Amino acid sequence: MTLAFTAESEEKFKALLGRYPNRQAALIPTLVIADREFGYLSREVMEYVAERLDLPKTYVLNTATFYTLLHKQPVGRYHVQVCVNVSCYLNGADHIADHLKRKLGIGFGEITEDGLFSLEGVQCLASCGTAPAIQVNDDYHENMTPEKADQLIDSLRQAGGGQ
Amino acid sequence: MNDQTIETPGKHLLRCGPGEDILDLDRHLATGGFEAVKKALDMQPDAVREEVKKGNLRGRGGAGFPAGVKWGFIPADNPKPRYLLVNADEGEPGTFKDRYFLEHDPFPLLEGIIISAYAIGANTSYIYVRGEFVKQIRILEDCIAQLYKSGYLGEKVLGRDYKLDIYVHPGAGAYICGEESALMESIEGKPGRPRNRPPFPAVVGLFGCPTIINNVETMACVSLVFRHGAEKFVQMGLEKDGGPKIYCLSGHLKKPGLYEAPMGTNLKTLIYDYAGGTLDDRPIKGVIPGGSSTPVLTADEIDISMDFSSLAAAGTMLGSGATIVFTEGTCPVAVLKRISQFYAHESCGQCTPCRSGTGWLSRIVDSIESGNGRAGDCDLLLDAAGNISGNTICALGDAAAMPVTSFVTKFRDEFERHIAEGRCPYGN
Ligand SMILES: Cc1cc2nc3c(=O)[nH]c(=O)nc-3n(C[C@H](O)[C@H](O)[C@H](O)COP(=O)(O)O)c2cc1C
Ligand code: SF4
Ligand code: FES
Repeated sequence: MTLAFTAESEEKFKALLGRYPNRQAALIPTLVIADREFGYLSREVMEYVAERLDLPKTYVLNTATFYTLLHKQPVGRYHVQVCVNVSCYLNGADHIADHLKRKLGIGFGEITEDGLFSLEGVQCLASCGTAPAIQVNDDYHENMTPEKADQLIDSLRQAGGGQ
Repeated sequence: MNDQTIETPGKHLLRCGPGEDILDLDRHLATGGFEAVKKALDMQPDAVREEVKKGNLRGRGGAGFPAGVKWGFIPADNPKPRYLLVNADEGEPGTFKDRYFLEHDPFPLLEGIIISAYAIGANTSYIYVRGEFVKQIRILEDCIAQLYKSGYLGEKVLGRDYKLDIYVHPGAGAYICGEESALMESIEGKPGRPRNRPPFPAVVGLFGCPTIINNVETMACVSLVFRHGAEKFVQMGLEKDGGPKIYCLSGHLKKPGLYEAPMGTNLKTLIYDYAGGTLDDRPIKGVIPGGSSTPVLTADEIDISMDFSSLAAAGTMLGSGATIVFTEGTCPVAVLKRISQFYAHESCGQCTPCRSGTGWLSRIVDSIESGNGRAGDCDLLLDAAGNISGNTICALGDAAAMPVTSFVTKFRDEFERHIAEGRCPYGN
């Protein structure tokens, strides 16, 4: 096995083990760490997690497939998640979604050719008072407008080394 | 408790204004922080529970179950360890209040957890935080670390003979994990599929041990009960429904946001005085009072006290206090479509009435909105919703059915018009 957690992730992983009376309970937090570290949960990554927690591979797979934030496919370097639920909808979420699709040239569930962006429609992000809301990786962007969406994508493109 | 620690009314739960936060223990202590915890830890656990009962604190997660009463369901003679789970999954569409505590003011939440865990005899508490809240999780973990460092958590909480560990457990994007038994499954490392009850969590819960699950705002309210005393807490709300409430106001409003007001504040006051009225002063068409699963109110029904009993009497629910307002010019079928898609997407799929029923509801609403509805679809929707209610393992089934029943009943002529004209009259 070639995969290994970085020292920082390893420390977080070790800390997890002391928090629960059994190893299974550390599974989801460990998958969260692994998803972050390796970009997504490939078969190899899931096997690594299974080995580290001494759990059957099928157990890990069964749990991982249930949760949408545990990515089973690669996502872009910037994973753009647009809330399409009711409060955001009332405040124009569909326009933001359409605008982003045009701007990035991809639909929901797709990834740009350069691997920089992926786009996804998601459910309520708990930002309904500042709707419409989107989340890019760890960051929330609220009270979105098409102009703000443009600025955001342009600045990420620059930071990400695109043109 | 001395009166100096009482902030201005309306600032008990939401004491940090926009852009403010209290993330440093010393700053929190300077506001009278942890006096409530000291007071509670000087009492017997049973007396702590009695005080919470006296405060008539009803759970803020959705169902409004009295907190002190729930705590009493743990069998006294069960020798297993006990757990306190704090529900910070905050998934019900329209809800964005628990995030405030995680992001701006975690110490009152942590105070409530220490007091509640002590009252039920738990030595471990997990806070289950939705996975999207990456930053909030970091903030919360930092505040917890400060408490360990200062002796407020660990082997001897505040030097007393009481041990408590608090851990943050991340969710991973599944609305159903906000349901208490699915939440336990999720912590145990499994898919979040709700459990059959009985047994109830207070008897057989996390890892098979007695477990209490409470919402974040409920925990913050527990700390208020001890900061001010149960009597004052009741006075901050209604006699049978004590304390202040955080209302999440969103939709077509001039000033959407979080507002703290006494439990039982009139809905019109919240909309017009707090949130500044509707966008462009358009007339209201409908208000979903307590999160997207709660039955909708029409404009002539909004002169109502926003508390658990009054809304129940009006055929709806206070739920999580997530109030979504939409004005004239909004297509009610389009609103219901979003809601029905959500519940169909989030069904965990283990009971047939919910798995097939939610998908069916969503598809019918979708076809009506897109102009492909058929005569009889309204009755079909009412029938299908009726067949889900009461026939499922958890309340997600009802959550999916209630909006359908209420929208179709209250806006029936608009649904029929979609069907008759074969298109959305709003041009969607
Ligand atoms: C489908 C579903 C989702 C729920 N989501 C949440 C949630 O996100 N947060 C929450 O506090 N309670 C949620 N609840 C309610 C919990 O099951 C539970 O009643 C609550 O956390 C108890 O806390 P309380 O007594 O303090 O209100 C949900 C219930 C259902 C049926
Ligand atoms: S009602 Fe729906 S969400 Fe709840 S257990 Fe049944 S299938 Fe799962
Ligand atoms: S509906 Fe979009 S954040 Fe709640």
